[in-house]
Amino acid sequence: MVESLPKDPLITPELIADHGITPDEYERLKGILKREPTYTELGIFSVMWSEHCSYKNSRKQLKNFPTEGLQVLIKAGEENAGVIDVGDGWAVAFKVESHNHPSAVEPFQGAATGVGGILRDIFTMGARPVINMNSLRFGRPNSGQVQQLVDGVVGGIAHYGNCMGIPTIGGDVYYDETYETNCLVNAFSLGIMKIDEIQRGEATGVGNPVFYVGAATGKDGIHGATFASTELTEESEAKRSSVQVGDPFMEKLLLEACLELFQTDHIVGIQDMGAAGLTCSTCETASRGGSGVEIDVALVPQREANMTPYEILLSESQERMLVIVKKGREEAVHKIFEKWDLHVVEIGHVTDDGLMRVKYNGKVVAEIPAREIADDAPLYDPSASKPKYLKAVSAWQLSELPQPGSDMTNILMKLLSEPTIGSKKDIYRRYDHMVRTGTVVLPGSDAAVFWMREADKYLSLAADCNGRYCYLDPVMGSRIAVAESARNIVCSGGRPLALTDCLNFGNPTKPEIFWQFKACVQGLKEGCEAFNTPVTGGNVSFYNENPEGAIDPTPLVVMVGQIDKKEHITTQWFKKEGDAVCLLDGLQDDSLAGIGGSEYLRRIHDLKTGNPPCMDLKKEKALQDALLKAITSGLIRSAHDVSEGGLAVCAAECCFTAPMEVESEAVKLGAKLDFTSVGSRTPRPDALLFGEQQSRVIVSLAPENVTALEEIAKEFGVKCDLLGTVTGEELEITLNQGTLIKAKVDDLKKAWRDAYKNAAGLSE
Amino acid sequence: MKIGIVVFPGSNCDYDCLTSFSRLAKENGLTAEVGYVWHKESNPGTFDAYVLPGGFSYGDYLRCGAIARFSPIMEEVTAHAKKGRPVIGICNGFQILCESGLLPGALYMNRDLNFICEHVYLRTERNDTIFTSLCKSKEVLNIPIAHGEGNYYADDETLKKLEDEDLVAFRYCTGDGLVTPEVNPNGSRNNIAGIFNKERTILGMMPHPERAAEPGLGSSDGQKIIVSLLKNIAK
Amino acid sequence: MKAKIYVTLKQSVLDPQGKTVQRALEQMNYKNVDSVRIGRFLEVELNCDDEAKAAAQIEEMSKKLFVNPNIEQFRYELEK
Repeated sequence: MVESLPKDPLITPELIADHGITPDEYERLKGILKREPTYTELGIFSVMWSEHCSYKNSRKQLKNFPTEGLQVLIKAGEENAGVIDVGDGWAVAFKVESHNHPSAVEPFQGAATGVGGILRDIFTMGARPVINMNSLRFGRPNSGQVQQLVDGVVGGIAHYGNCMGIPTIGGDVYYDETYETNCLVNAFSLGIMKIDEIQRGEATGVGNPVFYVGAATGKDGIHGATFASTELTEESEAKRSSVQVGDPFMEKLLLEACLELFQTDHIVGIQDMGAAGLTCSTCETASRGGSGVEIDVALVPQREANMTPYEILLSESQERMLVIVKKGREEAVHKIFEKWDLHVVEIGHVTDDGLMRVKYNGKVVAEIPAREIADDAPLYDPSASKPKYLKAVSAWQLSELPQPGSDMTNILMKLLSEPTIGSKKDIYRRYDHMVRTGTVVLPGSDAAVFWMREADKYLSLAADCNGRYCYLDPVMGSRIAVAESARNIVCSGGRPLALTDCLNFGNPTKPEIFWQFKACVQGLKEGCEAFNTPVTGGNVSFYNENPEGAIDPTPLVVMVGQIDKKEHITTQWFKKEGDAVCLLDGLQDDSLAGIGGSEYLRRIHDLKTGNPPCMDLKKEKALQDALLKAITSGLIRSAHDVSEGGLAVCAAECCFTAPMEVESEAVKLGAKLDFTSVGSRTPRPDALLFGEQQSRVIVSLAPENVTALEEIAKEFGVKCDLLGTVTGEELEITLNQGTLIKAKVDDLKKAWRDAYKNAAGLSE
Repeated sequence: MKIGIVVFPGSNCDYDCLTSFSRLAKENGLTAEVGYVWHKESNPGTFDAYVLPGGFSYGDYLRCGAIARFSPIMEEVTAHAKKGRPVIGICNGFQILCESGLLPGALYMNRDLNFICEHVYLRTERNDTIFTSLCKSKEVLNIPIAHGEGNYYADDETLKKLEDEDLVAFRYCTGDGLVTPEVNPNGSRNNIAGIFNKERTILGMMPHPERAAEPGLGSSDGQKIIVSLLKNIAK
Repeated sequence: MKAKIYVTLKQSVLDPQGKTVQRALEQMNYKNVDSVRIGRFLEVELNCDDEAKAAAQIEEMSKKLFVNPNIEQFRYELEK
C-alpha cells in the first residue's frame, strides 16, 4: 500500500503544472499507476518525463541517426555512453553532454559539474577517462558580463578536469552575439578499457543487494533536470537553489574505487546518479535488467537533517553511484570503498516484480512500474514550419556586396584578431593538457592527438559546429559540422571512426525552432552516412532561448578517429623552409564562393546572411580520401583545412601556430604564395582570400613530392594547386602578379595571439 | 633497487611517474622495482628513493599539501629522508615537502591567479647532485609546468640561506639561460622552480620532468633528472 | 572605519573543502568534530566616519562583489 506522508502537499492542478507535467501527461501517469500519484511519485514522474531525461520532443527524430557499424560495441541509447572497438581487445567509451543552463546561472560550478557528470558517464562504463574536451559558445567578449562568464566557465572546467588528472586536450570556442545570454558549455570525455571490462547499467538477479556509494545526498539541484528544460527567465533567478556544487576530489576517489571494483567480479551492474539522481538510476537499472528494484531512502547518507523522500530522490548531488552487487560479495565491496574513504551503504535489493518501490523507514512512498516510467515517456512530434527569415537569406547575392578595396592585409589582420579565429591559448593553458603523458599534439592544431599508452594506439579528436551556417541553412550547416570534424581527423593523419553530438537549440514547441532541429538531424544523418561514422550517443539541449529569441541552432559534433601509425601524425603548421605549399580542393560548386555566412561577411560587413558554403558530401569524401592517402604515403609535412576566415587566414595560421615550443622561442615560417590558379575559379579577390568554401586543405611538402601528390589528387578527382613556397619571415600572397597580402609573420601572429585580450579591451 | 611512488588520495601524476621511471630504468640497463605505495601504509618496507608525485592530494583543500603531510606514510618518508636517502617531490609533491618542513618555504597562488600549463625553460643551478649529475653546467632544460599554486615564497632570511648555501636547484629562464622577470611564469622569488635540502638528498620542483621524458612529448630533457637519480642510486 | 566581513557557503550548499578537512581531522583522531565549513574573511578599511553609511556601503559591496549570492552568504562587523 503506497502512503502519502503527513507533510506532503496536496496535489492540485497548480502543483502538477509547477512540475512541468501537462494535463494529458497527468492522465497518462494515472494510467500507468492505475491511481492518483503521491507527492513523491509526482516528483519522480516530473524528472523522468522532463525533456532532459526523456527526450520527449526529440526522440522520434534521433531514431533517424545511423547507429550501427562494425566498430560499434555499444550503440547509442543502450547505456550511459557508446563504446567502440579500437583493435587488439581495446575499446573506448565517449560522449558529449551539455551543461548550458547551470553554467548560465553559476558559470564556475555549472561548468565544473558538467565535466563531473560526463566523466561519471564514462567510468560507469568500466573505462578510465583519459581525455577531456569541451566546446564553448559565448557572446561578444567586449562586455564585462561575458568576460566573467568566460572566466567562470573556463575556471570551472579547469578546476574539475585538472584535479581529476584528466588532460583537457582540445575543443572549440566561438564568440557570437547569438550566445549573448545563452552560453553553451558542452563537455566531452573519452575513456579507455579492455573490451571484456565493459560494465552494464542493469539490475539483475533477484535478491542482489543495491548499494549507494560516493558523496552524501544534499538538497543540491532539486529540479535541476526540469530546470534545464525551460527557458531562462527572470524567474530562474529565484530557482538558484538548483545549483549543484562539484567536488572533483570526491570524484577522483570514486573513480579510483570504481576502477578497482571493476577488476573484481563482485558486481552485476553500475550506474551513475546524474540528472534526476537516485530516481533515474534506480528505474533505469531495473528497466534494463527487466527486473524491479526496492530501496529505502532513509538509508541514504544525507548531508542535511530531515530530508524528505521527495528531496532524496530528486537531489542532484554530485559524485554518487548506484551499484548492483552479487549477493555474498557485500563485505568485499564495502572494503574497497572504505579504503577510499567513501560512503558505501546497502539501500535495497533487486526484485522480480518490475516495480521501482521506494520506502521511507519501511513505509512504501512510491511504487511505479520501472519499465513504463523509464521507457514509456510521452513522445511528441512537435509541428515544424520553415522559418520566414530564410527567404531573404537564400535570395542574397554576392553582387550586393561592394567590391573590395586594396586593404586586404588590413582585413586579414582584423580577421586574425577575431576572438573566434584567434589563439585560444589563454584558455587551454589553464587546463592541464599534458597529464597522463599522451598528448602528442598539444592544443592548437586541427585535431587533438592522444597516445593511449596502455594500448599503444593513437586517437585523433575534433569538435566542430558553425552555428551561423546552421542558422542560414540547417541541413548544409550540419553536413559541414560532420564533414569538418572528419576533415580535421584526416588532416591529423587519422581515419574517422564514430561521433557523438550535442544538439543545442531553442524552444522546440515553437514550429520554426523544431523545423531547424529536424533539418539539422537530417544534415547530420547525411554526414554520418557519407563518412561511415555512426552516432554513438550524445545529448539534446533545448530551450537555449531568452525573451529576445533563440540561439543559432548549434548541433555540435565531436568526431573520434584513429591514427594507424605514429609516422602518420600530421600537424597544421609549416615545418621547413623551402617546402612546397599546395592546395587540395574538392571543388565544391558554391555560387557565393564561400562568402555566405562567413566571418568576413559578419565582421567586416556586419551581415549575417547568404547561403552558407555548399557541402556536397561526395566531393568532401574524395578530398579526405586523397589527403589520407597522401599522408599515409609519407608525402605530407603539414595539413590545415580551410575554415573560418578562408584561405588567407588558413595560410597565415600555417605560418605561426606551432605550439610545442616554449612561447618565446616558437618557430615562425613565412611563405610566398601565388593564388592565380585558385583565383581563376573564384569570382573576386575578397572571396578568394576570405571565402569559406569547403573541402579545401593547405598542405606543405618537400618539393620533390609535388608530382606524387598531384597524381594522388587526380586519382580521386581532386584539384591540386601549387601555391608557392615556405620561405622568409613574411606572408606574401599574389594574384596575377599583383600583391594582395604582404605582412610580417610576427605582426600576424601578434594580432592572432592577442585576439581575445584586444576584443575584451584587456590589453595592457 | 626499489623506488616507491607515494599515492595520496588525489595524486594524479603517479601513473606518469611509474611509467617514466620504470621505462627509463630499463632503457639504461638498471634493474629497478618501481611501485606504488598507498598513503595509509605505515610500514611499507625499505625503499632506495621515494617519489612524491604531482596531483591534487586531498583536493588541494585548505592549502596544497597541508592535509597530505599528516598521512601515515609521511612519517616513513621523513624517517627515510633523515637517513640521507633520496626523496623527489614534483609539483604537489614539492608542496607536500614544504608543508611537512622537509624543505623550506612555501608555494602559493600563481601571480596571475590562474592555473598554468605550458613548456618553460629551467636553468640547472648545479650539476654536482644526485638529481642533476647528467646535466651540463648551467644547462637549460625544456620541461613543462602545470600548477595553480607554484609561486615559491621564502622570507628574506631563508632565501638568503638558500642562495648562500647554493640550494636552488632550478630557476625559470630564457632559452639562453638568462634569469629575467619576464620569463618567471608564476611570480616565484628569485625565479625559483626547485630547491634542495641542505644535504642535497631531497629535491622539490614544480616542473614535471616525467612529462618531458621522451621525444614524442616535445622534449626529453626531463630524462636527465630521472636518469641521474636512478644511476646515482645504482652506484 | 574597519569592516570585518565573513563570507561562508549557504547551509544547503556542499562545502567539499570543509568535508575533506573534517574527514582528515577524524583520521587524525579528533573524533568529536561534527562539522567544518570553510569561508573567506575580508578586512576592508573605509574612509568614512558615519557608521550607518559605512554599513550600507559594506552591504552593497558584499552583494555586488565579495559574495556569490547563488551559493554564499555573509555577515560583517564594523570597528572604529
